[in-house]
Amino acid sequence: MKKTLNLVLAAVTTMGLAFSAHAEDYITLASTTSTESSGLFDSILPKFEDATGIEVRVVAVGTGQAFEIARRGDADSLLVHDTAGEKRFVENGYATERADVMYNDFVLIGPADDPANISAAKTAAEALSAIAEAEAPFASRGDDSGTNRAELRLWESAGIEPGGSWYRELGSGMGPTLNTAAAMDAYVMSDRATWVAFENRQNLKLLFEGDKVLFNQYGSLLLSEEKHPHLKHEMAAKWHNWLLSDDGQKAIADFKVDGQQLFFPNAQ
Amino acid sequence: MTSLNVPLNNSIELSAPPSLRFENVEFNPFGHRLFGPCSFTLDGPGPTLVMGPNGAGKSLMLRLAHGLLTPTEGAVSWSGASAPRQAMVFQTPILLRRSALANLRHALAVNNVPRKLRTELALEALARFGLSSCADTPARVLSGGEKQRLALARAWSLSPAVLFLDEPTSALDPAAIKAVETAVKEFHDQGTRIVMTTHDLHQARRLAGDVLFLSGGQVQEHTPADVFFETPVSRQAQAFISGELVA
Amino acid sequence: MEDNAFYVALSLLVNLDASLYQIVVLSLQVSLLAVLIAATLGFPLGAAVALWQFPGRGGVIVALNALMGLPPVVAGLGVYLLLSRAGPLGELGLLFTPGAMVIAQVILVLPILAALSRQKVEELLGEYREQFVSLGMSRARMMPTLLWDARFALLTVLLAGFGRASAEVGAVMMVGGNIDGVTRVMTTAIVLETSKGALPLALGLGIVLLTLVMAINATAYILSEMAKRRME
Repeated sequence: MKKTLNLVLAAVTTMGLAFSAHAEDYITLASTTSTESSGLFDSILPKFEDATGIEVRVVAVGTGQAFEIARRGDADSLLVHDTAGEKRFVENGYATERADVMYNDFVLIGPADDPANISAAKTAAEALSAIAEAEAPFASRGDDSGTNRAELRLWESAGIEPGGSWYRELGSGMGPTLNTAAAMDAYVMSDRATWVAFENRQNLKLLFEGDKVLFNQYGSLLLSEEKHPHLKHEMAAKWHNWLLSDDGQKAIADFKVDGQQLFFPNAQ
Repeated sequence: MTSLNVPLNNSIELSAPPSLRFENVEFNPFGHRLFGPCSFTLDGPGPTLVMGPNGAGKSLMLRLAHGLLTPTEGAVSWSGASAPRQAMVFQTPILLRRSALANLRHALAVNNVPRKLRTELALEALARFGLSSCADTPARVLSGGEKQRLALARAWSLSPAVLFLDEPTSALDPAAIKAVETAVKEFHDQGTRIVMTTHDLHQARRLAGDVLFLSGGQVQEHTPADVFFETPVSRQAQAFISGELVA
Repeated sequence: MEDNAFYVALSLLVNLDASLYQIVVLSLQVSLLAVLIAATLGFPLGAAVALWQFPGRGGVIVALNALMGLPPVVAGLGVYLLLSRAGPLGELGLLFTPGAMVIAQVILVLPILAALSRQKVEELLGEYREQFVSLGMSRARMMPTLLWDARFALLTVLLAGFGRASAEVGAVMMVGGNIDGVTRVMTTAIVLETSKGALPLALGLGIVLLTLVMAINATAYILSEMAKRRME
């Protein structure tokens, strides 16, 4: 009995040690699910760690939650794709600066037989109008993410208020939304990176791309030392600056899936 | 809840066993009169056999005496400076999911017997009741008779000055009954006060020193054994002994 | 697709994929530690509620029973708000670490262990009470005796708690952040792979998880049968 007790105590202590922060040289980066599921981080983070010795731990959530995490001081750095939101974040004093890092684009996905015939459209607005008119099923993320906000802006600029049984708001991330769209044979707007990496396409195909309004800008934010003095500001600044540096920008450009470059560096 | 037991000393006193007194004891939970008012004193050598028809209150009386129940009215008291060490054996022996030996060691541990002495005392008690070969057997797989003897061994190991038994043999076969009765006699010979309920007249004849006869929650008669069996005083006792159903 | 998933699961297990191994180990560490802590707190708590009368006892029992169904994501949210830098325990810096995941799972498992142990101890108490009082045991002294006597039933209760811990994803996702190599466990890995549309891999991971839990339950069963045979 005593022997077992000792064994258990030893095991628990070892576990306890394993749980304590084993490396102090890391930062927590709040970012979005699109960057995570594309595989971008798996590609560029090792390069950053080689250059600086700093590990980047990514918490990938929806854009809204990413902002909230940063606002509460639970992350050292922020990388999202919602320029308007980012600017507000700086105005409200939670970040000292935001900078363009890279962009990718949104694409319109739909069932292979394309009932609304959006592949013939010349602009995104035209494509969306066709879908609304045909009342073809459309899967929206409906989760107040960067992607979702972009989608809603597109509907607005097309002069349409989407609603009705064909417009399905799922309240989900990009991946789950694509899964559901594949099962529903619905149209869906996705960022190219997630789409290229997505494996459960079933009957879905990329039907529309290229319109400049589908441009999706990513920004990195330097969080405020004043609001949250406990954050690892020095290391976070190194990350922020590396992203904007030639090395970081090249790392982003070098990331390809199936030979396709998914993110286009555009730091100033 | 008052403590039923005083610190253990390892010898049973051979002076007179402590006397038990009930003074106007009543037990009326929720306003229903279940027992009493009852007054009597047990100060003879014993063994005292408590008898009566079903529902007479025999089990209640035992539990009030032992302290498992608190009287609503009246007082239960003992002779002597402090309350005596008591033990109780129930109709169905209550044993832990452990070996026979472990059950005894547990009882000793609960009564603050030093760890080193426990196994020795437990083995001694087992031997006295013929259970040495069962020491490592799970207590719950023992036969009914063995279980009851184990319960008695447990009581023995605590060196009680008073032993209560609630119909201890009603579920046992004749050989087991004999073994239990022999054990009870041994306790008595050691100077322990025995208070035991039974519905078996023959058992009472074999064991009783005096008889406390209850009916309807009241004491009808408290007489020495020979008096009780030959010339019972109360009408209920007379009917009981002659085999009539008593109202 | 089902065949695909089983094949994936098998190849994952056979190849002892390094990152999978790390995820499996972390999952076990978090859930087992959570169950251990919850048992240390929960079994005495359940036994105490069974043993003592006190005002509001009925309410406590109802609350414990109800909390068995506490949604993991709600527990995760609560712990997140507690451990966030903006929250009361932010100074501890536990958010997004395995420690936070253990805390969240303790909260989920504790009600199960407490509620079910209370029920079992109360049952046993009904059987043992008179004898225990006769032996001179105080209620506090009865606690370890009852818990040990209930050990076979409590093992099943432990397994129920472990099942709950290893199966949930809402709490560990929220407070752990599913960080690769740091707080990614089996269930959050399954969610991630599903969101990438890699369904066979996700299902394969699910099969691995089930196999693991099955193995643990089988071991516990065999051990308890062996012990029972010697006991009853």
